[in-house]
Amino acid sequence: MSAGLHVLGPVDEIPVGEGRAYGVAGEQIAVFRLRDGSFRAVSAVCPHKGGPIADGTIDRAVVMCPLHQHAFELETGCSTTGAGPLRSYPVFADDSQNVIVRLP
Amino acid sequence: MTALASRSGRSTPGDTRRRLVVIGNGMAGARAVEEILARGGAVQHRITMFGDEPYGNYNRIMLSHVLSGEEEAGGIFLNSLDWYRENGITLHAGVRVEKIDRFAKLVFSDDGRATPYDVLVIATGSRSFMPAVEGLYTPGGRLLPGVFAFRTIDDTHGMVSYAQQDHHRRAVVIGGGLLGLEAARGLQSHGIDVDVVHSGGHLMNAQMGPDGGAVLRRSVEALGIRVHTGSRTTAILGGDKVRGVELRDAPDIACDMVVVAAGIRPNVEVAVTSGLPVERAIVVDDHMRVPDEDEIYAVGECVQHRGEVYGLVAPLWEQAAVLADHVTGADPSSVYLGSRTATKLKVAGVDVASMGLQAPERDTDEHVVFSEPSRGVFKSIVIRDSKIVGATLLGDSRKVAYLTQAFDRGLPLPDERVSLLFDLGGPGEEAGVAELDGDAQVCNCNGVSKQAITDTVRGGCTSFSGVMDATRAGKGCGSCKLLVRQVVEWAADGAVAEDPAAAYYVPGVPLEKAALMTAVREQGLRSVSAVFAALAPGGAEDAKSKMGLASLLKMMWAGEYIDERDARFVNDRVHANIQRDGTFSVVPQMKGGVTSPEQLRRIADVADKYNIPLVKLTGGQRIDLLGVPKEDLPKVWADLDMPSGYAYGKSFRTVKTCVGQEFCRFGTGDSTKLGIEIESRFQGIESPAKLKLAVSGCPRNCAESLVKDVGVVAVDGGRWEIYVGGAAGAHIRKGDLLATVDDPETVKLLAGRFMQYYRERANWLERTYAFVPRVGIGHLRAVIVDDAEGIAARLDEAMQRSVDSYADPWAERNGPFTPGQFRTSLPLEVLPRVPVR
Ligand code: SRM
Ligand SMILES: Cc1cc2nc3c(=O)[nH]c(=O)nc-3n(C[C@H](O)[C@H](O)[C@H](O)COP(=O)(O)OP(=O)(O)OC[C@H]3O[C@@H](n4cnc5c(N)ncnc54)[C@H](O)[C@@H]3O)c2cc1C
Ligand code: SF4
Ligand code: FES
Repeated sequence: MSAGLHVLGPVDEIPVGEGRAYGVAGEQIAVFRLRDGSFRAVSAVCPHKGGPIADGTIDRAVVMCPLHQHAFELETGCSTTGAGPLRSYPVFADDSQNVIVRLP
Repeated sequence: MTALASRSGRSTPGDTRRRLVVIGNGMAGARAVEEILARGGAVQHRITMFGDEPYGNYNRIMLSHVLSGEEEAGGIFLNSLDWYRENGITLHAGVRVEKIDRFAKLVFSDDGRATPYDVLVIATGSRSFMPAVEGLYTPGGRLLPGVFAFRTIDDTHGMVSYAQQDHHRRAVVIGGGLLGLEAARGLQSHGIDVDVVHSGGHLMNAQMGPDGGAVLRRSVEALGIRVHTGSRTTAILGGDKVRGVELRDAPDIACDMVVVAAGIRPNVEVAVTSGLPVERAIVVDDHMRVPDEDEIYAVGECVQHRGEVYGLVAPLWEQAAVLADHVTGADPSSVYLGSRTATKLKVAGVDVASMGLQAPERDTDEHVVFSEPSRGVFKSIVIRDSKIVGATLLGDSRKVAYLTQAFDRGLPLPDERVSLLFDLGGPGEEAGVAELDGDAQVCNCNGVSKQAITDTVRGGCTSFSGVMDATRAGKGCGSCKLLVRQVVEWAADGAVAEDPAAAYYVPGVPLEKAALMTAVREQGLRSVSAVFAALAPGGAEDAKSKMGLASLLKMMWAGEYIDERDARFVNDRVHANIQRDGTFSVVPQMKGGVTSPEQLRRIADVADKYNIPLVKLTGGQRIDLLGVPKEDLPKVWADLDMPSGYAYGKSFRTVKTCVGQEFCRFGTGDSTKLGIEIESRFQGIESPAKLKLAVSGCPRNCAESLVKDVGVVAVDGGRWEIYVGGAAGAHIRKGDLLATVDDPETVKLLAGRFMQYYRERANWLERTYAFVPRVGIGHLRAVIVDDAEGIAARLDEAMQRSVDSYADPWAERNGPFTPGQFRTSLPLEVLPRVPVR
């Protein structure tokens, strides 16, 4: 995996309030576009039983995994329902409206 | 010391607080820390905890509920990881402490760390005792596959997933005590047939005598659990995995799994290796200190205090408080003098309370006994010198609070002893609550006294659920909930606040359904985000509330609804049901269960072309194509060229039918025709929960109409019966007869009117089997059939609007509604694929 910034693609690929999954340098990352226009990125595979996090339902604070409804803070990846954590990644949109994620 | 401290890598310069290290992050360890924090201990102490289990602290008692599936593991945490963070506690979860160096004041853990301490608390609890039974272990020294202990979340998950593997049918539980019976009951809920093998002469012999044990046995057997008492397991059979057990003097029992619940043993290895005094458990004095060690304390099931070792939670609440008094110096005079073990439990659904002696010991002891085995009720009280010295109560816990107090305090007893067993116009339950002392323990599982509840209520928290949340009373085994409610009612002096949140339609918007609908209508809120902005506290979105709101708004606004896709659950975004491996299932509409060779051919071609792993007939009379990747969905729909069967939504699902009049020699009505018409009319309408219907051609009921949300039965004379509120899933209920009508048109009209009323009035996720009994069939007949409220025309019209706004969601194959709607969310191969048959 390579540290640093990675361009994921245009902002428009992610509908407002939803998430999409990306494979980045061997990592699977779910990126969400919040209703306030900001982005959040966490690992794409649920630590509980491997659920697809990008298919989850979100609000401003958490994402709920679609398989068994464990919830995870979008900011930190920590579970609020007692599951293991997701990883979280810094993410933002650049001037040319591309989504950029930073890998540690 | 500084050199040593830096080895832990975590000493903040200038932090002069004492280093408090806790070994064991279970119920006692975490409670001790809570008590220390409650005494301001964080000012004096920097706290580090080690826990062998890779989690925060959870309520071990609730594992029985996790096993039975009543609780999710996530719901039983007492201290989340946030709690540790917020309180500045360093938690090493999943790390085991191996040794203490008492002289250098260091603990060594299996991650290679050496952590210095000033004060040490040992709270290592116990583990399941594994009796010497042949074949229990593999030659490699691991438990034979299929053998389980019952102590941790991991044990519990292991059991659940093993029990759910479909070829596993039968289990033997070794041990007929509390844990064994709970395990047996829990396994049953996964469809496992259970035998309990108990070496004692009767069940729960630690808590009760033979007579009580016999009554309990009857209750347990009535649940379908086979009981073998006085029976010792001599070997586990099966070389590679469990295939049976061998008993000493009874035939072998063939089984697929074995749960060992034959007692517990304190975890004392660390203490022994480190040279601390250990007899049956780690010895402590009345301050919970290990003798001759000023700075080492121990608490919980791993301790022996005045010769006693406890195996229940109640004593550890008292121990933790005393420990905290000394660690913080809050009360140097505080002493622990042992606990009288009065236990109040719910075992396999049966209330069990026991205290003191099981039976009279002296000639002069009185014994008051009542036994009613057919109801599973047994009560026995032993009295000496007019004081209670022992009691056992089974199946009826109403007098338990009073008896416990009389036992604890040695209260004088009424002359008429029978009133100890029953309320005979004497002080009733209410007065009973008033009479309880403040420090009487109401919730044994979480150690909550009557005073604590009273204080919480007087502090302004006057709802039952609020008090339960604030004090945790009633959140253990649940057997004290009634008493907690009574204490709340008594303390609030009748002014109990009904918990408003329980009545909200969704958790994130503080309104009941009717008020929410009014607000939505008056303010013209047509989208889920508009509802949050206008009605949620702080305008905050709430993920848990989105799906319920989306359903409600669609129902209210029909074609005028503003459809924000993020408000939908993934199933409703891609119009298919998500599977355990992230693929989806495709169930095309097959109205009334009727298909054609042409349709079948198309389905077969699709299954070939897309390598569908499983093609299956559903319980709803249609065909399911399982294991379809998200990105294939539009192509699969296009090739099928059939509309969605809505097998994924909280919506109208199917109409099952029987062949009916046209072919069946008994048929009195054309059930297939009517079923198809009903499905054509109501296809896809969203509702608070699933709607499943059926039409049968005669009272033989081959389409199972009596157990459907709406079920129709043709009866003699060309008439039709309409049943509502039936179910045969997680709950079984026979539907109530709504009306008997003369023609299929009226069936459709009344069914539609009923469904609309249900859509408007039912709570989110409330199936008709709950809704119909809640509002009452009499009321429904009045509203739906007789139009007693004058709303029939409006209901019919609202339903018609929904019917008119139907559009097949699978039409989205032609152009995705949102970018990447059908893009995979699993970019790389990750999940175990569902097996291909
Ligand atoms: C496919 C099917 C099983 C089958 O292979 O036959 C099925 C599959 C599921 N059922 Fe069912 N049920 C199926 C017929 C039934 C039936 C029988 C019937 O419809 O005649 C029942 C009992 C009737 C009832 O609903 O009362 C039934 C009672 C349930 C329940 C319990 C509902 C309840 O409140 O009692 C659930 C759980 C729930 O809804 O929360 C459930 C949930 C599920 C879910 C959706 C679980 C989930 O959330 O993923 C399953 C989806 C599996 C998948 O991966 O696609 N399924 N399920 C059946 C589809 C019928 C259809 O054509 O639409
Ligand atoms: C299924 C079940 C149902 C129960 N039902 C009831 C009931 O209804 N009523 C009742 O009163 N009681 C009940 N109990 C008993 C109750 O759970 C225990 O009394 C209680 O958990 C004891 O608390 P403890 O902290 O002493 O031990 P535990 O809760 O076991 O905590 C000890 C912790 O220390 C950890 N540990 C051990 N050694 C080390 C080490 N060397 N390094 C690091 N960590 C270590 C362990 O992994 C464990 O997490 C039940 C128990 C079970 C298993
Ligand atoms: S299909 Fe229904 S019964 Fe079968 S496992 Fe899934 S939810 Fe349970
Ligand atoms: S897989 Fe995510 S909650 Fe179970």
